[in-house]
Amino acid sequence: MNKTLLIIKHEFLILIRRKGFIIMTLVFPLLALTAIGIHQIVQGTGDTRPTEKITIGYVDKTNLFNVNTPYTQYELIEYVTEEEANKALVDEAVDEYVIIPVDYINAGVIERYTQKKELEPSPGISWVVKDFLLNNLLEGLDNQEVQLRVKYPLSFNTVILDEAGNITDAESGFSAFILPAIFGFLLIMAIGSASGYLLQGLGEEKENRIMEILLSSVSTRQLLVGKVIGLGTGGLLQIVLWLISAVFIIRLASNTIGGMFNQIQIPENFILIGIVYFILGYLFFAVLEAGIGAISPTTKESQQMTVALILPAILPFYIFIFFLRDNADHIIGTIFTLIPVTAPMMVFIRLGISEIPIWELLLSIFFLVIGILGGVWLAAKLFRVYLLMYGKAPKMGEIIRMLKQS
Amino acid sequence: MTKAINTDTASVSGVSKSFNHNLVVDNISFKLRPGEIFGLIGPNGAGKTTTIRMMMDIIRPDSGEIFILGESFNELAKNKIGYLPEERGLYRKLTVIDILIYLASLKGIKQSTVSSRVEELLTLVKMLPHKNKKIEELSRGMGQLIQFLVTIIHDPQLVILDEPFAGLDPVNASLLKDIIGKLREQNKTVILSTHRMNEVEELCDRILMINKGRSVLYGKLAEIKSRYRSNSIILVFDGQLPKLDGVKSIHEHKNHVELFLKEGFSPDEILAQIIKDKIRVYRFEVAAPSLNEIFIQVAGEI
Repeated sequence: MNKTLLIIKHEFLILIRRKGFIIMTLVFPLLALTAIGIHQIVQGTGDTRPTEKITIGYVDKTNLFNVNTPYTQYELIEYVTEEEANKALVDEAVDEYVIIPVDYINAGVIERYTQKKELEPSPGISWVVKDFLLNNLLEGLDNQEVQLRVKYPLSFNTVILDEAGNITDAESGFSAFILPAIFGFLLIMAIGSASGYLLQGLGEEKENRIMEILLSSVSTRQLLVGKVIGLGTGGLLQIVLWLISAVFIIRLASNTIGGMFNQIQIPENFILIGIVYFILGYLFFAVLEAGIGAISPTTKESQQMTVALILPAILPFYIFIFFLRDNADHIIGTIFTLIPVTAPMMVFIRLGISEIPIWELLLSIFFLVIGILGGVWLAAKLFRVYLLMYGKAPKMGEIIRMLKQS
Repeated sequence: MTKAINTDTASVSGVSKSFNHNLVVDNISFKLRPGEIFGLIGPNGAGKTTTIRMMMDIIRPDSGEIFILGESFNELAKNKIGYLPEERGLYRKLTVIDILIYLASLKGIKQSTVSSRVEELLTLVKMLPHKNKKIEELSRGMGQLIQFLVTIIHDPQLVILDEPFAGLDPVNASLLKDIIGKLREQNKTVILSTHRMNEVEELCDRILMINKGRSVLYGKLAEIKSRYRSNSIILVFDGQLPKLDGVKSIHEHKNHVELFLKEGFSPDEILAQIIKDKIRVYRFEVAAPSLNEIFIQVAGEI
């Protein structure tokens, strides 16, 4: 078997057998499940999702409110006098009651009586009372459709136009930003966890002095590429497992918080471009981190140095906030799309808010690939020179001189 | 010249290396032949490990040429070389068998034969019962044996051992010496890099002695020793020594006397005179200096 493949296989198998890796893989789905569980328990104790029907008493002093349509989760019971309603509350026959005063039509005030200590009624209760009032107020109106419009007056359907006034297929608002955000978040996570394992592994091999044995069997490039891809595959597997469990969890939660996920419409090509940039972005950062791992004497120091890499990776978020939010086609977006360090994140964001010209994408991918190949070359050189120097961090001038020499 | 390259296991010619303007290896040349144990000797910091790392292409020489098995260094050559570095280490969390199989496969051994080879070697060093233990559960000496097995697992043509006996108990050290002896019988080339001259005297056929990066002695061990012979005789006897022809001076030591010979006299002429005088002789030996003494003498000359 090819030696690079052997290293990939070894690094992958070692990684997925690590206790820390298994725990990390399981922790996210478990946390999400727990969060949903807590969410449901909290909601269950509130009024929005009751297990039994909530009963609301009412006293109608105007004699205008006679229509009482049934609700699935609420029941409205009429009482003639305030005393009767009050007694029903004390006897727990109703959960609360409201009084529609004589001057309601003029003043629009409803008096609500409850034993719960809360600032305002829960959304469910206010909706049901409002609906009950509307049904009665609109009773005289014959036109059913107008009745419905009064109750549900609008729902926005936003269309984005380009400069020439033509319709673009860009998404707007929340659903446009959620996917780029997910991809961006996953990329940062992947870079973070892969760099952790990469640097830990390199540190161990340096401290264990096994590096010389490895380098007497394989080339630095084989070792480097094998490690980056092996660990990357492990990291990708972790993310795929998270995504799969996320699908199940969202389905499980769709009754409660899943509603917003249903709105997500995936723009055409997003997944393809997303995956391409995800993989290229990961590879680019991983080889740079391997280079850092080669020149720093301890795992701790190398992890501090990688922070310097993560910062430019998340820079596009700020570019978005300061430049692109109001003008999606700002030139600065193009610039950062072409710089390899910021390209993946910038592309994720821009995919969400506008179109990226195909030449920009191709050029950006080209630069990124050049960056990866250059990174492999540079990291392999640094490996050769510094991996065997234990306990001594090189100065910048030394690095440059060493690179020239080799 | 071409023929020489083909029969040599390795040839190093005019190799120099400096770090930060310090000349660590200065114009070193030597050749390795099949079926020999070659001693690369010198004090700590002489440049032994740097020389070996250059042979392994871990670091590149500033000047000079290195040929391994007739070719300049390439990735394929790595499969034919076994290297035991001075700095020892293995993956602590992995089991003996996993490490051996992984590192053997990196040396290009086929997956189908690797298991039987691993079992064979573990049996050789009587460690088969430990095959499923993690490295961190093993003693230091055992870990070192495993590392030695890693060095020879792929049946390499050239075996480079950097201080192989450091930290081994006498039993394991002699086990290792036996295995190294067998490698010589199989016509392999073994480089033994060490600063312990007694190991070299015991095992090596030829040596290169380096000091401060420079080659100070190179050749067959026996020839070097005879070249540095001080032309004296060690004698342990009973009785009174007569006046001996050809003896320049006599040094009295605690348990023996040392007779220094004049130019042109050979030890057997002296022996003949002594026997004629009916002196009881317990020990008569042509004094050969130890490598240690030679080294001190040579290093002092520089």
